[in-house]
Amino acid sequence: MTENKKATNSSAIQKRLIPTYIFLIIVCFISVFPIYWMLTAATNTSYEVSTGKIWFGTNVVENMKVLLERAAAASGASLGKVMWNSFLYAGAQTVISIFICSLAGFGFELYHDKNKDRLFAILLLAMMIPGVATLIPLFTMMSKMHLLSTVYAFFLPGIATPFMIMMFRQNSRNFPVDIMEAARIDGLSEWKIFFQMYMPVMKSTYAAAAVITFMNAWNAYMWPRAVMTDNASMTMQMLVANLAGGYTIDYGVLMLGVFFCSVPTMAIFFILQKQFAEGITGAVK
Amino acid sequence: MIQSGNRVISGSLIFLKKGEKKGGVILNKGRSIQAKQQAAGWIFLAPATILIFIMSFWPMFQAFIMSLKKGSSANMVWQTPIYHNYERILQDKTFLTAMGNTFLYLIVEVPIMLILAILLAQLLNNRDLKFRGAFRTMVFMPCAVSLVSYALIFKSLFATQGLINTVLMNLGLISENINWLGTTGTARAVIIIGLIWRWTGYNMVFYLAGLQNIEYSVYEAAKIDGSNGWKTFWYITVPLLRPTIVMTAIMSINGTLQLFDESVNLTNGGPSNTTITMSHYIWNQSLGVGVAKFGYASSLAFVVFIMVGILAFINLKVGDVRD
Repeated sequence: MTENKKATNSSAIQKRLIPTYIFLIIVCFISVFPIYWMLTAATNTSYEVSTGKIWFGTNVVENMKVLLERAAAASGASLGKVMWNSFLYAGAQTVISIFICSLAGFGFELYHDKNKDRLFAILLLAMMIPGVATLIPLFTMMSKMHLLSTVYAFFLPGIATPFMIMMFRQNSRNFPVDIMEAARIDGLSEWKIFFQMYMPVMKSTYAAAAVITFMNAWNAYMWPRAVMTDNASMTMQMLVANLAGGYTIDYGVLMLGVFFCSVPTMAIFFILQKQFAEGITGAVK
Repeated sequence: MIQSGNRVISGSLIFLKKGEKKGGVILNKGRSIQAKQQAAGWIFLAPATILIFIMSFWPMFQAFIMSLKKGSSANMVWQTPIYHNYERILQDKTFLTAMGNTFLYLIVEVPIMLILAILLAQLLNNRDLKFRGAFRTMVFMPCAVSLVSYALIFKSLFATQGLINTVLMNLGLISENINWLGTTGTARAVIIIGLIWRWTGYNMVFYLAGLQNIEYSVYEAAKIDGSNGWKTFWYITVPLLRPTIVMTAIMSINGTLQLFDESVNLTNGGPSNTTITMSHYIWNQSLGVGVAKFGYASSLAFVVFIMVGILAFINLKVGDVRD
């Protein structure tokens, strides 16, 4: 009898949720449709795209050919090279950034004292500095150091961010300090504590930080456009933006470019969604 | 930071802090170990700190100095009068339009997006709901597309020969194609729609995380007490999420003031600079097309910096007062 009651109860609840379901389905449709449309458009001719075709076509090989030509013309190299550039820059930024920021988060939280806390508060102010405000001086700096079009120019301004440091600092709160003491008594140096204890314990924070840093670096546009001045050093974002330039846009080719630009981030999104969400909310706990 | 005084401690003298002195007597041996640890702490945080100073604070200071000069890169000279660039801003119609646009995007987009995000988070936090994971993934999915990519997708969708026009035509809602991106009003609307599309799921993630910190039993108690969905939303969810709301508002305002990718790739600022954003205009003045005016562009950039600061401050205050 109680089970019966439960069942009717739950079906009553589900009935009441019908408007919610409808609303969510509409929202999800709006969220997903442009991405689905991008995929279909990549397989159609520009004409088919403009006549409103919303299913997959057969022009993908042709689009690919044109895309390769356009990429070669724009970069002076190839689509593969541009993809590699983006991977290299984003990968380098990710590895160096999470190392430097985790080290800082470790230092700020587990060795904290008044002065370090004060310094941290000052660093947080850097969060308020808009990218466009430091654009010109940083560009001049990179240019003077002859770093334009190198991976260093790409990642130098982005590897140490208050957000990342804060994320590691907040997540270090739960780090077992007692074990650190024990390790010291056992003669472990502070560096060894970092490498052998802190890093393994903080694995999940590292994963979240890596995902979010990679995504940000891969998607960066204004700064790379400023400093990656050689065509051969261009990134995927710059390439697809370039495809949309000019008077006549081939929408099929453009969407195929957008597709290539989105493959890595989409893959990360589907495989590491939890880490991505954690990376976004990061420092907020 | 540097504490001299009469303590003799091997090596790490400069790393001693004030608090320690007040702390009273510590054994010599303990002190030296502690000092070593303090030193290690400073070494760990040094690389990131130095980088932030060189890559953020120092350029910000340089930008201010540059904003008082004219010319570009190598041979910049002081303006006469020294605040001349700032005077120019007030007469710069395009920048005032850019500022107006940015604030329009801000005022229209941010509230809609945040309310929608909270609402979605609230709906998806309901444990009776089926397919929660799938719904969440789909709402969140636009975040997987880069800003340039989504701007181009929207540009294609809203092209004169684009899908939106085709659909509206077939439904008989319009009789001829609308030039969405070639008309000021609709172009602005498309940018706002794009922003809402791209960022609602992103903000929802914060609210979902925030809601997970609220005991689910609170909701069940409210339900038993006969509170309906809207009441629960306004009297439980919103107040408990206030810190998260303040934070997402600050981030959204900050981000909107710095809009660049959308303005460049969706409308290219057009038609005739009526949808341009501040960052895009500063770009055009410095590294974009034409003569580079580093001095003037820097003064514009400094104005944006001040705005971001003021708005963040107001936001924090408003968030506090209601406590």
